[in-house]
Amino acid sequence: MINQYSQRKYIIGGLILLTGLILILRLFYLQVINSTYKLSAENNSKREVIQYPARGLMYDRNGVLLVSNQAAYDVMLTPGQLSRFDTLSFSKLLGISVSDVATGIKKARDYSRFAPTVFMKQVSGEVASVLQEQLYKFPGFFVQTRTLRKYPKNIAAHLMGYVGEVDKNLIEKNPYYQMGDYIGISGIEKNYEDILRGEKGKKNFLVDVHSRITGSYQDGRFDEPARIGNDINLTIDADLQEYGELLMKDFTGSIVAIEPTTGEVLCLVSTPSYPPDLLVGRGLSQNFNTLSGDSLKPLFNRALAASYPPGSTFKIINALIGLQEKVISPSTEFGCHMGYSFRGQFLGCHSHRSPLDLREAIQHSCNSYFVNTFRKIMEDPKFEATHDAYNNWRNHLLSFGLGNSMNSDLSGELKGFIPKDEYYNRYYGVGRWNFLTIRSLAIGQGELGVTPLQMANITAAIANKGYFMTPHVVKSIKGSDTINHRFTEKHIIEIDTAHFTVAIDGMDLAVNGGAGSTAGRAKIEGIIVCGKTGTAENPHGEDHSIFIAFAPRENPKIAIAVYIENGGFGGTWAAPVASLMIEEYLTGEVKRKFLEDYIFNAVIK
Amino acid sequence: MKRGNIIANLDWFTILLFILMIFLGWLNIFSAIYNESHPSILDFNQKYGKQFLWILAAIVMAVAILLIDHRFFEFFGYFIYAVAILTLLAVLIVGKEINGSKSWFVMGGFQIQPSEFAKPAVALALAKYLSTFNINIQKARTFVKTAVIIFLPSLLILLQPDTGSALVFFAFVFPVYREGFSGMILITMFTLALLFILVLLFNELLLLLIILVIGFIAYWLLARNFKNLMVAFLIFVGFFIVSYGILFLFGMDSAYYAATLMSLAFSLASYLVMAYIYRIRKIGLLILAVTVVVFYTFAVDYSFEHFLSDYQQRRVNIMLGIQSDPLGAGYNVNQSMIAIGSGGFAGKGFLQGTQTKLDFVPEQSTDFIFCTVGEEWGFIGTFFVILLFLTFFIRLIYLAERQKENFARIYGYGIISVIFIHFFINIAMTIGLFPVVGIPLPFFSYGGSSLWAFTIMLFIFLRLDAGRME
Repeated sequence: MINQYSQRKYIIGGLILLTGLILILRLFYLQVINSTYKLSAENNSKREVIQYPARGLMYDRNGVLLVSNQAAYDVMLTPGQLSRFDTLSFSKLLGISVSDVATGIKKARDYSRFAPTVFMKQVSGEVASVLQEQLYKFPGFFVQTRTLRKYPKNIAAHLMGYVGEVDKNLIEKNPYYQMGDYIGISGIEKNYEDILRGEKGKKNFLVDVHSRITGSYQDGRFDEPARIGNDINLTIDADLQEYGELLMKDFTGSIVAIEPTTGEVLCLVSTPSYPPDLLVGRGLSQNFNTLSGDSLKPLFNRALAASYPPGSTFKIINALIGLQEKVISPSTEFGCHMGYSFRGQFLGCHSHRSPLDLREAIQHSCNSYFVNTFRKIMEDPKFEATHDAYNNWRNHLLSFGLGNSMNSDLSGELKGFIPKDEYYNRYYGVGRWNFLTIRSLAIGQGELGVTPLQMANITAAIANKGYFMTPHVVKSIKGSDTINHRFTEKHIIEIDTAHFTVAIDGMDLAVNGGAGSTAGRAKIEGIIVCGKTGTAENPHGEDHSIFIAFAPRENPKIAIAVYIENGGFGGTWAAPVASLMIEEYLTGEVKRKFLEDYIFNAVIK
Repeated sequence: MKRGNIIANLDWFTILLFILMIFLGWLNIFSAIYNESHPSILDFNQKYGKQFLWILAAIVMAVAILLIDHRFFEFFGYFIYAVAILTLLAVLIVGKEINGSKSWFVMGGFQIQPSEFAKPAVALALAKYLSTFNINIQKARTFVKTAVIIFLPSLLILLQPDTGSALVFFAFVFPVYREGFSGMILITMFTLALLFILVLLFNELLLLLIILVIGFIAYWLLARNFKNLMVAFLIFVGFFIVSYGILFLFGMDSAYYAATLMSLAFSLASYLVMAYIYRIRKIGLLILAVTVVVFYTFAVDYSFEHFLSDYQQRRVNIMLGIQSDPLGAGYNVNQSMIAIGSGGFAGKGFLQGTQTKLDFVPEQSTDFIFCTVGEEWGFIGTFFVILLFLTFFIRLIYLAERQKENFARIYGYGIISVIFIHFFINIAMTIGLFPVVGIPLPFFSYGGSSLWAFTIMLFIFLRLDAGRME
């Protein structure tokens, strides 16, 4: 039977021959004509060398360099390119044992046969340069240059944070990072990682069988240049920060200073601290373990993450709320006879004349006065029940930025604690608590948690007479015109400016009012400092000493909060420290050496 | 007497080519992974030693097939096909997942890949079906049944997923064409393949609009009716405005995509209705063609996103020049081209290749075995291997054409096509002409399953050929 379609065998056969011809032509091109692929076999292996960009630098607000970079050299290994080499001279060169070499190779091989792995971290510059010369003896190895952090001033460890190696979890989540890469772990290094790190690049080299680079692969067609990290200017004043750390060196506590009109953080001291260069390079993990094992918790950033009751500094807030709610006026007077007693409850006060008006009450920090004020706030006839009045009072506190993270650009901010009415409802029962139950709140004790940063922010808000800017530490980023708009928005507090003037009068008197003033130690000749002492009750030992202040009174340039743990009364230690800081910042030098000595010789149990 | 006949009637030239190919394959596997500490080619702990065992087993299978009566294969064609389908189903359930696809049965230390054996099974079933007495090849039913026989296993393999192996079944277009299906099949396949690549290259939205414009132009060429054309165009625009408006009202601001789709669907449907009502001729087929093309466009895009694994998508994208990533997914191809290119005209000599041995080329003994040929034997070697295959194919076409039985001829074309498509795709991918899909080079690549499957395919045909006189 003759198949009518048998002619189609020619088409099929023709197609097969045609494709065969195409393959042959392509092979002829690849193998005979094209020279790119005709390189000798020895030149034919390719090595990808990652180009690590320099991390962005950090400067203080006046351009003083705080963080820079130094070169470090890692010995890398690509196990697939290994061949026999002199392990003895190699181990001598690196100063390790032959068995270390063997285990290192095994570890790298377990990780990957093709991907380069860190064989030995951060060898010295000399070792690196000798190794570089002798690389041809050790096929598979090469030297990778990286940058490590360097701290010319060795201050502000908590603020800047540190840089460390990425861990496996992060590598899985973010493929940008590879084994051995560095990343910001805390502080600004962490929060501004994307800006500081830049972008890795890569270069492709041809290497011969001796691991010598013989040239660029395909004229760098597949190279990607590294983009260096952007520099950051901080709002920190390096001199002030350094001076603050010096003053606090024997104390446990913190200092936060803010420029009131801008919200720029001028210094952020938390002690005990550590020199930031401890957490660099090879010593990092060991030093980190030592620091985290220290009972004084030097890694803990108290300025952001420690929460204390605000103590008497809180009386200013209650005064402002009382004025705004019109339950008191500046001339309202209350009597005080060594304390406040009501229905058999007693809250002590110290000796001062009686009765006092509001300004004098702030000056003398009179407990009775503010318990009376607090009672009027809580029993305000505008509200049906205590918890309504309480909630209104609480909303005022929230508007000061309390009870919530400030959403600054610092990492590790604590929210603090301002109890909701449910808290008391749960504790005492609905309707079963009144002003007397929570009277400690009147004088800043009890169930309140405020961080030093929040306290400094409140001070700034008072200095501004009714608004604050979200505190932040980054002033500008190189290559970008603006900072995040959340740092340029005013947070208005719903309390009239006139009321702030009254409170500031009281704070002025507390420092400059002469006999009976609680913070006379904060006084500076020629500068009107307004301040308020506080003492946070500490159930575990001596009370914490607190002082908030701003200066000068007109056009304030600095608002500061000082916390000294176990420092006792606020006027004793915290006030002079704040005063010295203000003097340093406003005049650029400290003339009151006697006060400095008083601090340096302080002994706190 | 009968056995003597077989030996006399066997096509020894093809067997010679077969032996030459498996021997060269074995040598190249040895060279590709040659290891100084295991210098013997018969070291059974090494792949080259194992391949020797697979070769021996393949020869045993070949002899066994030659001893079977040649009518057996035609008689049991459907049965073998059914078994193959069941095995493919089974591997989806009890198969072991290796490298992300469930393609292997593992029994003890032994692995077998059933998709390899589905290829001869399809060839048998297809040959049996198309050689049915009095079959009318022009009927649509025949066409559909043929398509089912071919693409059912392909679909099951796609589910594993093993795109490369699934792709191979397209090769059966050749025997189908040879048996008299319209030449349009070849052209359609080519067009679909072209469209496939275009979909991956361009935004499918743009492509759809282009298809629509081509549809309008085709209509103009067919009917020369400007009024109808304008009506059709306005219908489309109207539908677009309405659907975009509706979607916008429902808050889907960036709804161009959905709106285009909806208006396209509505327009095509209304064209069809209008063509029917007003009895506008020659238009039905055109609309059908446009609809099919539109669906196909989306099917390709969808399967690219859903059936291809990430790495395969990347490989295709690199192949098409959408992505450049010479050290990532493009690594294989780049290295294999360097290896082959570095062989130059005369090659570096047996065991002298460095690229393949230093593990620059991955899978150097299986999918990339051709690199070793290229590197160590140069252009002379690659030219010879391709010539060997071409001779083999021409010889098989000659054998197929001399068959009296339609069954034997169709089966012959079936296996030619399968072996050819492997040959073409495998070599094309090593030299950067085709995306890396991972299918072996027949008779050369390391691996028992593929070697046995190709041997079985070939020797069934040789047995049929030997029995052609009976």
